[in-house]
Amino acid sequence: MNDLSLRIAPHRIGAMVLRYWYLLLSSWPRLLELMYWPTLQIITWGFLQTYITANAGFFARAGGTLIGAVILWDILFRGQLGFSISFLEEMWARNIGNLMMSPLTPIEFLLSLMTMSLVRLAIGIIPMTLIAVWFFDFNFYSLGLPLVAFFCNLIFTSWAVGIFVSGLVLRNGLGAESIVWTLMFALMPLACVYYPVQVLPHWLQLVAWALPPTYVFEGMRALLTDHVFRSDLMLTALGLNAALLLASFAAFIALLRSARRAGSLLSSGE
Amino acid sequence: MTQDDAAPTPSSASRSASPAIAVSRLTKIYKTATAVDSISFAIPRGSITGLLGGNGAGKTTTIAMIMGLVQPTSGAVEVLGHTMPDEAAAVLGRMNFESPYVDMPMRLTVRQNLTIFGRLYAVDRLKERIAELADQLDLTDFIDRASGKLSAGQKTRVALAKALINDPELLLLDEPTASLDPDTADWVRGHLERYRKRRGATILLASHNMLEVERLCDRVIIMKRGRIEDDDSPDSIMARYNRSTLEDVFLDVARGRDREAAQ
Repeated sequence: MNDLSLRIAPHRIGAMVLRYWYLLLSSWPRLLELMYWPTLQIITWGFLQTYITANAGFFARAGGTLIGAVILWDILFRGQLGFSISFLEEMWARNIGNLMMSPLTPIEFLLSLMTMSLVRLAIGIIPMTLIAVWFFDFNFYSLGLPLVAFFCNLIFTSWAVGIFVSGLVLRNGLGAESIVWTLMFALMPLACVYYPVQVLPHWLQLVAWALPPTYVFEGMRALLTDHVFRSDLMLTALGLNAALLLASFAAFIALLRSARRAGSLLSSGE
Repeated sequence: MTQDDAAPTPSSASRSASPAIAVSRLTKIYKTATAVDSISFAIPRGSITGLLGGNGAGKTTTIAMIMGLVQPTSGAVEVLGHTMPDEAAAVLGRMNFESPYVDMPMRLTVRQNLTIFGRLYAVDRLKERIAELADQLDLTDFIDRASGKLSAGQKTRVALAKALINDPELLLLDEPTASLDPDTADWVRGHLERYRKRRGATILLASHNMLEVERLCDRVIIMKRGRIEDDDSPDSIMARYNRSTLEDVFLDVARGRDREAAQ
């Protein structure tokens, strides 16, 4: 694996996607788990929204903001998990050395992980959105074109976080695995998933506005409550995401090089 | 065998005359521990070289630096005429390896694993190549079984099939017969000998098995505490230590008896 090579060969990306696809199909519990948590999430929060809507004026006007937030948060969280779990599969299988010694480049490896994050996300989120329609009469797809902007911005952030934590695990071994499961939750209160940014103290608002997902959740609320699509928010988020993706790729390469210096690619256990 | 990375360019004509591996003043220091201490050697193409040494002698670190998995603290490595790791893209498709430090993904079947690695190495006529390897390495009976459900001997043969999938010019093997029963180990050695003859490949293997090294290797590099203690043909080394087996030489080196004392 040549760290800085920007060679991209579709056959190598395809080979890695095939590897993860075989893995998914080899275990029905893994497939089921992809749908299990999103389904539980939407049912729990959906009933809560139904209850609040019937009893509070604001939510009655802002129908769907809670369910919308739940689905968008899951895109962000499960997008990163989909990326990171495919990466962890290589660590668990002690297969990283085989990949590092093959002609696969880091950029190809990361692109295959991104592809798998989309595949895993589709398996988890599509049933979730269908349940939202059947149980709570909330059609996520009725958001229309703005949904594309929301989705792209969230998935870009999830990949950036996924790339960074994969680098950390590569460098520090499976002892750093817990970061994969927990880091995104550190963003949750700051990204203002379920409440507007104004709720935060002023100094924390500055931090929140540095995070691309904040713009998405604010944009979603603007769309559902005021029926306005804030393209300015989406463009700012896109710019921040571009910077975040570049920074995470640079961090991944730096951590990969550090792993080569420390010899941790030879002992990818704990 | 491969579609890309493998084709030599006209400007690389002189590279074909270069050694398969050239290591110069190679050093690896982990924090305060020196794993490899300024070693130099060149391995000619088409040869089988054994890297011998006790635990902690620096064999695995040396092989890992040649493969590009570990960054040297100082020194240089050239593989098939290309500087590593800067020109790794030119050689990674032409080499392969097997090591006890890596596994094949266990949930995938043998065929699925070989298909994926074949695609990564852009192997032409992959199905035929897998069938050929399955036949040569006797994998046919379990080729559609999950790799994690195989015996140690079967896993080693599968790892060897993965290492040979791209018909490599250079094969790096770290303890290729460790944990195998004598019959399977002998069978693997025979296969490696035949492969070298047919392909004209270069093989560098690290091993604790002296019989294996005596049988396979044209040359032996003995390492101790990160340094090269001796470097010659097995016969010359045994003659120098006045010993009839490499195992006795190994014990002399491990226990600090030098050549003169051994004589």
